[in-house]
Amino acid sequence: MSGFETPYPTYDVLDKWDSPSWNEQTREAVRQRLDEVPSRQFLNERQWALLEAITARLIPQPDRERPVPIVPWIDRRLQEDRRPGYRYADMPPMRQAWTQALDAVAAECMDRFGTPFEQLSSGDQDSYLSDLQHGNVEARFWGDMPVQCFFSELLLKDVIEVYYSHPAAWSEIGFGGPASPRGYARLGFDQRDPWEAEAAHV
Amino acid sequence: MYERAEQIRAADGRAPDVFRKGKWVPMRCFADDDEVDFAIVGTGAGGGTLACKLAEAGFSVVAFDAGPFWRPLEDFASDESSQGDLYWTDERITGGADPIQLGSNNSGRGVGGSTVHYAMVALRFRPEWLSCRSRLGYGRDWPISYDELEPYYEEAEDALKISGPVRYPWGKRRKRYPYRSHPMNASALVLAKGAEKLGIKWSPVPLATLSAPRGMAHPCVYRGFCVYGCSTNAKQSVLVTFIPRALKAGAEIRDLAMVGRIEMGKNGKATGLTYHRGGRWRHQKAKHVVVAGYSIETPRLLLNSACPQFPDGLANENGIVGKHLMIHSGPGVWGRMDSEIRSYKAPPSLALTEHWNYDDSPKDFHGGYAFMSQGPLPNAWGETLAGRGLWGMALRREMTAFNFMAGLRIVGETEPRPVNRVELADETDDYGLPIPRVTFSFSENDEKLIRHSIGSMRDVLGAAGAKDLWDDRDSSHLLGTCRMGDDPQDSVVNRDGRSWSIPNLWVCDGSLFPTSGGVNPSLTIQALACRIGDRIPAMARRGEL
Repeated sequence: MSGFETPYPTYDVLDKWDSPSWNEQTREAVRQRLDEVPSRQFLNERQWALLEAITARLIPQPDRERPVPIVPWIDRRLQEDRRPGYRYADMPPMRQAWTQALDAVAAECMDRFGTPFEQLSSGDQDSYLSDLQHGNVEARFWGDMPVQCFFSELLLKDVIEVYYSHPAAWSEIGFGGPASPRGYARLGFDQRDPWEAEAAHV
Repeated sequence: MYERAEQIRAADGRAPDVFRKGKWVPMRCFADDDEVDFAIVGTGAGGGTLACKLAEAGFSVVAFDAGPFWRPLEDFASDESSQGDLYWTDERITGGADPIQLGSNNSGRGVGGSTVHYAMVALRFRPEWLSCRSRLGYGRDWPISYDELEPYYEEAEDALKISGPVRYPWGKRRKRYPYRSHPMNASALVLAKGAEKLGIKWSPVPLATLSAPRGMAHPCVYRGFCVYGCSTNAKQSVLVTFIPRALKAGAEIRDLAMVGRIEMGKNGKATGLTYHRGGRWRHQKAKHVVVAGYSIETPRLLLNSACPQFPDGLANENGIVGKHLMIHSGPGVWGRMDSEIRSYKAPPSLALTEHWNYDDSPKDFHGGYAFMSQGPLPNAWGETLAGRGLWGMALRREMTAFNFMAGLRIVGETEPRPVNRVELADETDDYGLPIPRVTFSFSENDEKLIRHSIGSMRDVLGAAGAKDLWDDRDSSHLLGTCRMGDDPQDSVVNRDGRSWSIPNLWVCDGSLFPTSGGVNPSLTIQALACRIGDRIPAMARRGEL
């Protein structure tokens, strides 16, 4: 089973754009996210293409004609060097960690499969990513880089943050989304305000 | 490094009025050459509270914060990822067997400090914890008793108009909370249901968010973005409580002012601060310096202020500045309910049990823990699922159960151990200051407490009807590193936060804690600040400053 179905097919959080659930500063933050998708600035073309292929497996979007953009926002973060406020003792600085890891993936895949990651079948891509997740990689490509830590703490975390910051992702999980100034009134079990998502009855 | 779009707002005789869009309040301003009574580094739960108390007592006060002076009504979006500037994101190295996640997890940046993004949980320490070595047989006794601290808990609770239950079921008998308790959301009702099935007491969480109007702030609207900044001012952060009071009493707040060094005079006393603001280094003269930068920046500044007279850093004769760093362990248990929970609504933690903080039946570990209902928003929830190893379509599908999930997470005591510490790294930041290196590992006792708590949370969540239970690991808060004590040999400051070796150098924040207790620390930090804010004027009257 590879498809995806949202339990909230008729819900779109953006319908609340002009409602009392959205204030001016929130509209501005989300507008930028929707309208001003940045172009490539930090990663080189190969790294960008590779990261596109990786994120397409970490967050597959076969149900969307226009997938939620993920790589542009990671690139933007790297360009701005916007760090999380801590760096694991055995991890290089954020930018270096990303470029080093992407280059290692590229080199290891060429060595292991004789073809770039981007051209592998999705099954092979997934099994390689699973190896990254569990640290089953060859040291000659990775050096001292703590691979599992890179996968879970940098790569996966950033991909998830970008995807679940998009209104389309809020809608598909039935999240209420922005809620200021109106907030919510009904808080108990199975209670829903009229401006919250209603699951489709099956 | 990342350039934040930030501008100095508190200057030229005025500071932002946090209650009115675009408006200002007057602010008394001092010149760098004015020898102010107190220069305070940090404006969070410790520094912001103390700045208010000292200004109201008539002292001249300048308080510095490395971050911006927010206008919550205008600046704060209802959005997880665009609120990242609330956190301390300057580089820090984190290591040890159990490296601590810093940044958004426990480190604020901006006037009001971490109280701008905290979850508002306002709990007192269990009275016995202040003397836990002598009364409970573990940890260390604090240099002050619960009875000494109690009036200051009351003062802090009143200053924040804490909303709480009519009867709080644990601890010493107490006065009514100033404001009534908030209604319980479904996430809280899950905890309540499970606890009642098992015959364990539970309670609404006493919270620093308004349940009734206060001045220009209206009650909490349950929007649920509390830990990303409150855009309605219901949250009683230091930014909207003690800071406006401090300004009114004549304190100056300097935003975007990074203090790099405490300057020492030949007589062994501090003479002021060197700080970076508006693109250049400046020097503020002061009769007293208070360090209130929390458990990493406070020891970092003391260590970075080393000079020929104090080659190992200030107040560090015994070598324990930066040692005994503690956190709260924070494993969580999650499960799926048959009912819709929608825990994104209302403050994240509305119900708790302190049963295991007060239960002294024999266990295989020392210390206690509380646990609370949870309310993660999508980014945070996605991260939690990623921690389970989920990605790909499995993650996207699991995310669609968001509205049915319920969870509990502890605030668990950890032991004060010298191996857990803050030091200086070789690397420097954009200011040219050595960055901190943080080392943390759980002890065997800490691990036993974590395992026990996971069992308790599974019992409660299971009794409430949650299915497919699983657990995760997390942590919260920072404590210790400049502990207070009665013995100059094994503490950094005395019971008043005053350095043993430099009589005009003080510490006032969570780094004072000798032990961590099993509750969120902010109310205790604020009670300590209120107490120090009473002790200093009393000492001044007796000529002891």
